[in-house]
Amino acid sequence: MLSSTADYELEMRGEALIVHPKGHWTIAQAGDLDGRLAGDVAALTYTHVDYDMTGLKDLDTAGAYLLARAIRYGVTPAESWDVCTGSNGHRTLMKAATSAVLGREPERPRQWYDAFARIGEATIRFWNETVETFAFLGHFFVVLARVIANPKRLRWRSIVSLIESVGLDAAPIVMVLSFFIGAVIAYMGANLLASFGASVFMVDLVGFSVLRELAVIITAILLAGRSDSSFTASIGAMKMRQEIDAMTVMGLDTYEVLVVPRAIACVIAMPILTFLAMMSGLGGGLIVAWTTADISPILFFNRLNTAVGIENLWVGLVKTPIFGLIIAIIGCRQGLAVTGSVESLGQRTTTAVVQAIFAVIMVNAMFAILFFQLGV
Amino acid sequence: MSAETQIDLNAPPMRAVGIRTQFGPNVIHENLDFTVNRGEIVGLVGGSGTGKSVLLNTMLGLKEPEGGHVEYFGKNRNDLTSKTRREINNKMGVLFQGGALFSSMTVRENIMMPMRENANISMSLMRELADMKIHMVGLPPESAVLYPADLSGGMKKRAGLARALALDPKLLFLDEPTAGLDPVGANAFDELILGLREAMNLTVLMVTHDLDSLYLICDRIAVLVDKKIPIADSLAAVSQYDHPWMREYFGGPRSRAAIGAADAHNERRG
Repeated sequence: MLSSTADYELEMRGEALIVHPKGHWTIAQAGDLDGRLAGDVAALTYTHVDYDMTGLKDLDTAGAYLLARAIRYGVTPAESWDVCTGSNGHRTLMKAATSAVLGREPERPRQWYDAFARIGEATIRFWNETVETFAFLGHFFVVLARVIANPKRLRWRSIVSLIESVGLDAAPIVMVLSFFIGAVIAYMGANLLASFGASVFMVDLVGFSVLRELAVIITAILLAGRSDSSFTASIGAMKMRQEIDAMTVMGLDTYEVLVVPRAIACVIAMPILTFLAMMSGLGGGLIVAWTTADISPILFFNRLNTAVGIENLWVGLVKTPIFGLIIAIIGCRQGLAVTGSVESLGQRTTTAVVQAIFAVIMVNAMFAILFFQLGV
Repeated sequence: MSAETQIDLNAPPMRAVGIRTQFGPNVIHENLDFTVNRGEIVGLVGGSGTGKSVLLNTMLGLKEPEGGHVEYFGKNRNDLTSKTRREINNKMGVLFQGGALFSSMTVRENIMMPMRENANISMSLMRELADMKIHMVGLPPESAVLYPADLSGGMKKRAGLARALALDPKLLFLDEPTAGLDPVGANAFDELILGLREAMNLTVLMVTHDLDSLYLICDRIAVLVDKKIPIADSLAAVSQYDHPWMREYFGGPRSRAAIGAADAHNERRG
């Protein structure tokens, strides 16, 4: 049956073009019809278009739109049109379609310099991002100073619950990860140092690397990935649902309610987590040293005490509150920068994690230079 | 014969038979019958918490009822093959309360989305058809490239309606279409629905609290009280129905004002 195909005939009567659409002019047929009518009328000259809908079985907006193209795509656009035979519905639909066809403006084509414009925009965005992060940091310290001057305004309840989610909940994964890192370092040492017959130095290797750098970095990166995404997502969702606006109207300071507790929680949780990471990293090293190089735990700790020393633990730990602060600030700042769309929430969450990891590694490098110059 | 003609477009587009909905021990609908006939605009009203939205979800197929069944175009929904079901879904358009536009896409991309999934047409034609829908719902052409976050509440509703109309549905569900619009915007929206019904041969089911649009554009009003729809009839019949909630609803001061306004409006239109 031909019922679901669409076709048409064209007829010229003086200055008028008469279009006889036949069959089903619907979106299902639009793919086949697309371009045919406009192509066929392109060589014809007429000033008026008449539509004869007698052969038409079905018409929808897509079909009407395609029919209406006959008005625009002749040698010169037609001045008038009419539905000579057809229902009221056909007429209304054609009216909507023709006004859409005639009102459509040609689109601006893509320009070759668009790429440069986008590079420029990205540069400006990067600069603004940096400036805004520092502005945020400044604002945060002002609010923090105000809260410390008036400690009653500290929200202990939320700080404690945040310490639980940021710190306690992260402890198992941090410890497991750094256990494996410690073990891997010890294996590397075992291989390398055994050829010199200096296996006992693997204790130095594990001790220095885990205490000074690895435990700190692992914890910071994990916290950045784990807590920053949750800070950004939760604050961003609050922003999207206008909870932040409601808070501002009530006279609550967003920084005081949302940012300061998170920052304090991170500053407290980060050293504790790092300490746990250090201990389990050393544990990993100890077990490998014991099993592969016959270094007994007693020897391991003796060597650790004499060669590595407690000061390396402090060197590692002293960095951690700063990392915690960086992580919290970046997460909150990105959360507050979320706008109305779901897209921006996802984008900001990614940005938060990337920025936090980047910042942690960069600041850690600065610390390394500083400690080297200080000779610790 | 193509598969499309297997759907009998002359049958009632939507019919609910003996629906029972319950959440735990809490029964929301009991033995609810309701039919939407072809070509009419039906308004669904009911007090807060009577389960209008739940009923709408059930009729849309977002929720399975605990008892009874829903028919689309004369066929039981549960007996449909997935192919027919998909075709029927393409014959239905929904305007959700907040617009439910995809926020990561521009208005034009939102409207193109159902076309891209279901129709085999070129990108440029799709874009033009989307622009036509934008034009039909009365949005300015510039709004095609805007993201939903940049639109006002009224524009979001219009854009949502344009998306609902993307595939030329036969049955249109509107959830509180005029809620949150100013009276001018609400009136324009009502006129728009009337015009579209005429142009696209639409059947419309709207959940609404807007008395003006009930009186102005609805052919029938279905009232959800006591867990069922005891009456779905013209305004005159519904307002005579003897039930305390309905007397209060249709006899209240707001209602009387809206009736007066509707009468005046209809007289002007002749």
